[in-house]
Amino acid sequence: MKRAALLALALAVLVAPAILPWDFYVNIATQVLIAAIFALSLNLLVGYGGLISLGHGAFLGASAYAVIFLTTRAGMAQLPAAACAVVFATFLAALFGPIALRASGLGFLMITLALGQIMWGVAYRWVEVTGGDNGLSGFTRPQPFGLDLSSPHAFYVLALLVFGCSFAFIALLVHSPFGAGLRGVRDQPRRLRALGFDTWLIRYAAFVIAAFWAAVAGVLWAYYNQFVSPHVLSLTNSAEVLLMVIAGGAGTLFGPVAGAVIVVLLKNVASAYVTRWMMLLGIVFVVIVVFMPEGLVPGLARLRRRSTGGVARPRTEGA
Amino acid sequence: MRFWLVQSLNGLALGGLLFLLSSGFSLIFGLMRVANLTHGAYFMLGAYVGLSVLEAGHGFFAAVVAGALAIAVLGGIIERVLLRRLAGRTLAQVLVTLGIAFIISDSTLLVWSGDPMPLPVPAALQGGVRAFGVFFPKYRLAVVIIAVVAAVLLLLLLERTRIGAMIRAGVDDMDMARALGIPVPRLFTAVFCLGAALAGMGGVLGGPILSVYPGLDMDMLPLALIVLILGGAGSIGGAFAASMVIGFLYTFGQVLFPSLAYVILFLPMVVAIALKPKGLFSADAA
Amino acid sequence: MRRFALVLVASLASTAALAAEPVRVGFLTVNTGALAAGGRQMQEGLTLYLKQHDNKLAGRDIEVITLDTAGQPATTRTRTQEAVERYHVDVIIGPLAAFEALAINDYVKQAKVPVISPSAAAEDLTQRTPNPWFVRAVGTSAQPNQPLGEYAAKTLKYKRVATIGDDFAFGHETTAGFQRTFEENGGKVVQKLWSPLNVADYGSYIGQIKTDVDAVYASFAGANGLRFLRQYAEYGLKGKIPVLGNMTTVDEGILKNMGDEAVGVVSGGWYTAAFDNPENKKFVAAVRAAYGADPGYYTVGAYTAAMFLDLALQKVKGNVKDKDAFMKALRTLDIKDSFRGPIKIDDYGNPIMNVWIRKVARKDGRLQNTVLETYKDVSQFWKYPPKDFLKEPVYSRDSPPAKNVEK
Repeated sequence: MKRAALLALALAVLVAPAILPWDFYVNIATQVLIAAIFALSLNLLVGYGGLISLGHGAFLGASAYAVIFLTTRAGMAQLPAAACAVVFATFLAALFGPIALRASGLGFLMITLALGQIMWGVAYRWVEVTGGDNGLSGFTRPQPFGLDLSSPHAFYVLALLVFGCSFAFIALLVHSPFGAGLRGVRDQPRRLRALGFDTWLIRYAAFVIAAFWAAVAGVLWAYYNQFVSPHVLSLTNSAEVLLMVIAGGAGTLFGPVAGAVIVVLLKNVASAYVTRWMMLLGIVFVVIVVFMPEGLVPGLARLRRRSTGGVARPRTEGA
Repeated sequence: MRFWLVQSLNGLALGGLLFLLSSGFSLIFGLMRVANLTHGAYFMLGAYVGLSVLEAGHGFFAAVVAGALAIAVLGGIIERVLLRRLAGRTLAQVLVTLGIAFIISDSTLLVWSGDPMPLPVPAALQGGVRAFGVFFPKYRLAVVIIAVVAAVLLLLLLERTRIGAMIRAGVDDMDMARALGIPVPRLFTAVFCLGAALAGMGGVLGGPILSVYPGLDMDMLPLALIVLILGGAGSIGGAFAASMVIGFLYTFGQVLFPSLAYVILFLPMVVAIALKPKGLFSADAA
Repeated sequence: MRRFALVLVASLASTAALAAEPVRVGFLTVNTGALAAGGRQMQEGLTLYLKQHDNKLAGRDIEVITLDTAGQPATTRTRTQEAVERYHVDVIIGPLAAFEALAINDYVKQAKVPVISPSAAAEDLTQRTPNPWFVRAVGTSAQPNQPLGEYAAKTLKYKRVATIGDDFAFGHETTAGFQRTFEENGGKVVQKLWSPLNVADYGSYIGQIKTDVDAVYASFAGANGLRFLRQYAEYGLKGKIPVLGNMTTVDEGILKNMGDEAVGVVSGGWYTAAFDNPENKKFVAAVRAAYGADPGYYTVGAYTAAMFLDLALQKVKGNVKDKDAFMKALRTLDIKDSFRGPIKIDDYGNPIMNVWIRKVARKDGRLQNTVLETYKDVSQFWKYPPKDFLKEPVYSRDSPPAKNVEK
């Protein structure tokens, strides 16, 4: 079947970097995976919950800061530090959630932006803990069970495993009754309330879960870069992941992954050939909107259906 | 006493600048429900256009008009070609407006080299005014006056003219406006052009204070968003009040709590939205 | 457009003899975003040096691989990895910002790739966390400000100074260097103001400056120096309270866009285009001919970095593959005379060099940093023994402590 062939191809693409010799491209592939986890987490809010956040970088950043601070400054061992970092960022989301969810629509976008900017300001200003704009460095990758993760290939495999877990978790989640509830809150909140659902609680849970996976991506981000500075908390970073989600296709499972591929590749590979790659990125976004306003993945699926002339099949995932 | 007076004037001047920045943003969002994230880039591009006009030897007034017109045309084209087909699709709007912002900011590097450049203060407004033992730059006072005049003109436009009535009808209830036979598409383009022109004009007027440099766009965008959230969508009075409140809050916050300077803008904002999600000065917001 | 053209040469046939193979230079610069102006000036400095030498240093062809870091540390790291792992560069010139250099510092140590820094000024890069693979072509943040502090107290006889600066590491370090020597020579810093990097308006800060001080020390980078000085003049303080500045507040790179508001600012810097020396005159004329403006911080930094590369290559007779020998050659450079006067690399990889006390004046129809005083052989440690200097905590917002600040 076509579907099986596609699946095999996808698996081959995912496994290839683990065995190919070129370090640089393996590292790029790792970055794509980390960005994809980050984008998948945000998609829970943006795509399934209809909550557009411009402050999601706060949770990735909080977790990256925490894991590096705990190991290099507080002398904690790697594994507990990673766990604490994820717990810390998730807890932060549990605190931020009730504030952010007071608003919806543009208000939500603004309040997440404000919370993100506050985190950025704290990272800049609280020099004793964060190192200010010089950031925190001197961090090394862990060696779980004697495995050396300093090689690009080994680290890719770790990122791939974590990516697999996050993808599976989110896939299961959006197909669960909770996922249906979340989409319901997005599309018909009044009806859901009438049916006795606690719409606020559903949104809140989605907010915290999204932050949890962003925090996981944050730990990987810290391992990958072995460095953290306030830039990770900047508006640019939060906007970038939001653009990944929308460009790839919000509310679909593969959309954020596709978005991560586009942005990371344009930023890191195309920039070697095109001086004005930022402009190119902008043009790519505009082109996507013109031809596939619903995003790349659902858009391509629609175009393919049209070209094969088949009757539109019901969508298997997403909205 | 002197301290409070100077800093109050500073707050007023910053508020005036913020109003020039954000009134167009608020108008566009109020009518069209488009969060135009290109607005900061419009502001910056307007300043650059104004700079080129000044460098070509024309006067400051010509620079303001040119900045406003250039951005109005650009905004009109973007609205007609791109945004029109995206009505109601918030995510696509975010993507396309941010995409255009990237394109604009990268293009300005090509054309204007990326060196930070000041816009000169017009000759008539150089120097300062001395009163009550306080010295204050004339140009900043002029910005406050221009902001007040702009607010009054916009209010008159909205309250006293036919097109204003149509816009108000659209802000209140789009379906009703359509049913009444208001030419909504043309109205949208007109309002978008007006909003963009205000941004371009604001850029030129802000130039002598802020200068123009790469990154100005992303420094300004959050400020416009804050004003919108606080002032409520589509309300000129709300935007004006919000601009002034933020101007004062920012000025006094920085002075009185210097160690919070990096977060002084956003901390009160979080409190405000948490307490009143629909905006402090208007019942109508997102 | 010419300015933006990438100097990107595809890797050539690997079968060529070793001698024919070029020395590969990974040039980390910024083409995108807020720091792009500095990136362009770096590009100009590097390009000019290579052009003057027909793209051949120590008999070797030079291949420059230009990489855009966008001024974001994470991207800088990827670009550095790209330079090392994809292009296998022999040496890196860059990156632009201090936080970028710090972001790649650990990686550079692991990968053992020589880095010549054309602009990053963070103190600890050549102090408490030295990196044997790192050499700086410019000064540390505080290096030119320590002489300025002494000059302000001893020669200008200022007693009370207020400081204002960008609230980030570079602003903290420059101000700290100034404050330390100023106060050790009898002056008092009576007020310290810090404005956020992205501050919308300096009005509220200028309104706070004490009116009973002898001078204001301003420490800004990028566009902020220009914005601050203009507003300082607008509020009528220019001419009333003199302004001292760090090097970048009145850098030639932005001085060309300034007006009378900058005239009279006294600053400390490891370069001035007005330095009266035949080599420098040639250099300034070449930059003016090619780019139409006086060379500033970034242009000079990158030009010097290329010069360091040239001289070190000559010392190892073009053999860059022996990385240890090449690095040793870089770290022991002792230049008797150059367009910046004598330059000697200290044990930590930082130049000992001339520092000028400069004053902005209008000369030949343009603003220039004219020379008031030359301090020779200025070390990053100023007059302190390195050991004692390094025992103190790194310069920061609160170090040295501000004992004389008045409420």
